[in-house]
Amino acid sequence: MKKEKTPLLRSSGFQNLLASLICVLGGLVVGFIVLLLIEPSGALKAILAIMTSFFRYPGKLMLKYFGQTLVRTVPLLMCSLSVLFAYKVGMFNIGVAGQYVAGACFSLYSALAWKLPWLPCLLIGMLAAGLLGAISGVLKTKCNVNIVISGIMLNWIMLYSTNLLLGKVKSPSSPYTLSLKGTNPKALLPSLGLDKLFFDEKSVTIAIPLSILIAVGVWFVLQKTKFGYELKATGYNYNAARYAGMKENWNVIITMFISGALAGLGAGMLYLTDISPWETTCASVPAMGFNGIAVAFLGGLSPIGSILSSFFIQYITTGGGFVDLQVYSSQISDLISSLIIYLCAFVAFFRFFIQARIERAEKKKAEADNANKTEEGGNAQ
Amino acid sequence: MENTPYAIEMINITKRFPGIVANDKVTLQLKRGEIHALLGENGAGKSTLMSVLFGMYQAEEGEIRKNGKKVKIDSPNDASALGIGMVHQHFKMVECFSVLENIILGVEDTKLGVLRKAKAREKVVELSKRYGLSVDPDAMIEDISVGMQQRTEILKMLYRDNEILIFDEPTAVLTPQEIEELLAIMRNLAAEGKSILFITHKLNEILAVADRCTVLRKGKYIGTVDVKDCTRAQLSRMMVGRDVEFAVQKEDAKPGETVLEVKDLCLASKRSKRNSVNNVSFTVRAGEIVCIAGIEGNGQSELVYGITGLEGVLSGSVHFCGEDITHATIRKRSLLGMSHIPEDRHKHGLVLDYTLEDNLVLQRYFEPEFTTRAGVLRRSNITAYAERLIDSFDVRSGQGAETVTRSMSGGNQQRAIIAREIDKDPRLLIAVQPTRGIDVGAIEYIHKQIVAERDSGKAVLLVSLELDEVMTVSDRILVMYEGEIVGELDPKTTTVEELGLYMAGVKREVKQ
Ligand SMILES: Nc1ncnc2c1ncn2[C@@H]1O[C@H](COP(=O)(O)OP(=O)(O)OP(=O)(O)O)[C@@H](O)[C@H]1O
Ligand SMILES: [Mg+2]
Repeated sequence: MKKEKTPLLRSSGFQNLLASLICVLGGLVVGFIVLLLIEPSGALKAILAIMTSFFRYPGKLMLKYFGQTLVRTVPLLMCSLSVLFAYKVGMFNIGVAGQYVAGACFSLYSALAWKLPWLPCLLIGMLAAGLLGAISGVLKTKCNVNIVISGIMLNWIMLYSTNLLLGKVKSPSSPYTLSLKGTNPKALLPSLGLDKLFFDEKSVTIAIPLSILIAVGVWFVLQKTKFGYELKATGYNYNAARYAGMKENWNVIITMFISGALAGLGAGMLYLTDISPWETTCASVPAMGFNGIAVAFLGGLSPIGSILSSFFIQYITTGGGFVDLQVYSSQISDLISSLIIYLCAFVAFFRFFIQARIERAEKKKAEADNANKTEEGGNAQ
Repeated sequence: MENTPYAIEMINITKRFPGIVANDKVTLQLKRGEIHALLGENGAGKSTLMSVLFGMYQAEEGEIRKNGKKVKIDSPNDASALGIGMVHQHFKMVECFSVLENIILGVEDTKLGVLRKAKAREKVVELSKRYGLSVDPDAMIEDISVGMQQRTEILKMLYRDNEILIFDEPTAVLTPQEIEELLAIMRNLAAEGKSILFITHKLNEILAVADRCTVLRKGKYIGTVDVKDCTRAQLSRMMVGRDVEFAVQKEDAKPGETVLEVKDLCLASKRSKRNSVNNVSFTVRAGEIVCIAGIEGNGQSELVYGITGLEGVLSGSVHFCGEDITHATIRKRSLLGMSHIPEDRHKHGLVLDYTLEDNLVLQRYFEPEFTTRAGVLRRSNITAYAERLIDSFDVRSGQGAETVTRSMSGGNQQRAIIAREIDKDPRLLIAVQPTRGIDVGAIEYIHKQIVAERDSGKAVLLVSLELDEVMTVSDRILVMYEGEIVGELDPKTTTVEELGLYMAGVKREVKQ
């Protein structure tokens, strides 16, 4: 068989990228319009603030904010990997939000209550989140409970359990958990000197390179290994996986475990840096998990795409924090990033649209070529 | 406008897919009120041509005329508006909807947004009476037989008052009785003035109902003939470009030791209280082809599920090469040397979104040849292996080993499964309807392969609804009726009529 190279326009990677870029642009434009509607005079300044994000600050400060952005990108990336991993195996893991909470809960609790060093804390959080995911998997395979339904239920169960449990390690005067630095500095993730690169931003740790390695790992497992081959087969066609002698039920459970573990690890990677404590009075599931869903789609459901898209979303969110709060309310950054995230849901649609356009153009060209040919033929006679 | 005898004309249609020209300047003219057969090897481009007519694909070149007037068909909606309806090779229905709901889907009659089902039901019942299409309007699609699903699809077209009806391999999934009924229905429809396009690989069906036949080969138009001047041999020669042998050449079987032993096997039925397989016992020995014959739905599928482990058994035992595998995992059975060509290629046989090469290693991807110790796939070995199978079994597709299986033609999907299962070098080959949807040239080849397997000392268990296949390929016939084996026949001494009596449950051997 001869191998033909697919032209750039036709390659799915390129189409994904194009669709994602359209979404991003659309989000920014709509965001700008909203800013205009609220207060026209400051709109341009605000949108520039969002787009330039930390770059508008001078050297040292820029590095610091850059570092913080990266730190917050990590859990977003991990959540999107979690979503994408389950998605490739045919499951929509909306429980990622709860699994993220579980990771936060258990890594913080083992750090603050049991005073364990960082590695066990991270692993315990990851394990707990993985188990929570596995519960969804077991419910699916044993009782045929929809993954989405059990995921949503478990999200809330986990949120309130976490508030309860972490209430034991909160500071007496506020709803926030104690700082690791004051209580158990051993539990802080090591930075191996990375913090120096970002003007001594202490929250910059090994979590950042680690999460990128994990993204590459996820890509490798799904694309190149026997394990990934089995998982994807199960996701595409459960019956065929069974027919081929794969352990199809086990595959569902282990996938949910891994998916949960990824989210939980992401939570640990954020909360074990002391960048923000857990608020034990929070009454809604943190948006991180849900944003992971959008990021995964914006990244074209590829682990490498997720690295870029999670950084981008966090970049915009950071930028939103720099908007002049005298003109706009502080929610404006959330609004803009949610607009973009919202538009991400249309990635698939845009891709379809692009494809149809390309096809139509090609057809036109073929028709034109034909017309030319017949004409030439006519002339020759 | 009415001065042309043609209801539909497709002129010089060209449709390309990546790596392949599926239709290369094909012309097809359908007369009003005729049954027009479309014949060609697997992958010749029949389904593609029909999909172009039905608006699912757009041709790059050529034009379509209805009653002599050029029309543009950009979507199935356009096709519907022109009175064109299609029964697809692989049905497209909503499983959890009732028959009635599937029929009216898309053309629902509503009043203030509320479905008016009563009126629709009347029309459906009336149509089903008029054309002898018996269906139960309230049954769920997932619960009814393929035959009834097909009748539902036909009603769907009639409900929309379509006058041009496309049937893409409708008989591949039907029992001989159902086929007879369908052919009669088609004759009725044509007599009423409907024009029918009929794709099939079974030449006797073409000879029985079609007026004319258009032949395609590798995407090219070969010709159109009047069926009444044609013989089976002529048609098949036109189609594959050489003579096809219909009879299977084989020596007498020399059965060796017992490979498969099934004892008092019972399987529960999902639909009724009676067992779907009831006290079935038989053996298959090395070097023989044992065929399970019977009318669809008499427990053959379930029996195979029980033997292959896809379904759990109630009681009884299955021994394979002396080992008790009644409750063994599917993988274990496969490793012991059991191969299975499943009945439903889309449900069990293939991961449609995988590439062809990934599907070809579906039963062996874990072997050291394809996976390293660390669990990493050896991609280049997989590709090389796949290319060898594609070559030797002549699996045709647009992009070779890298073709997404979903885009392949039905018959070539089946060939891929057969290649995979035979190449596994099994001790027991279980083949359920192995030649379903396969062209005559390839059937010849596959039958030869099955006989060759037998001759090299493999045991073969064949399940087939095709009486021809049962009679020519097998060495021993077991007839199943209502979940039990009611007779054992020798194909050399029995007749098709006798076999039919057993299959219908009229005759049965007394159990010794
Ligand atoms: N959607 C698609 N994308 C890419 N290639 C396709 C697609 N549909 C069909 N093909 C290719 O076009 C060729 C013709 O396919 P088609 O389904 O029309 O064959 P067919 O004559 O119906 O065969 P069969 O008898 O096996 O059903 C095949 O080689 C197939 O691989
Ligand atoms: Mg076809």
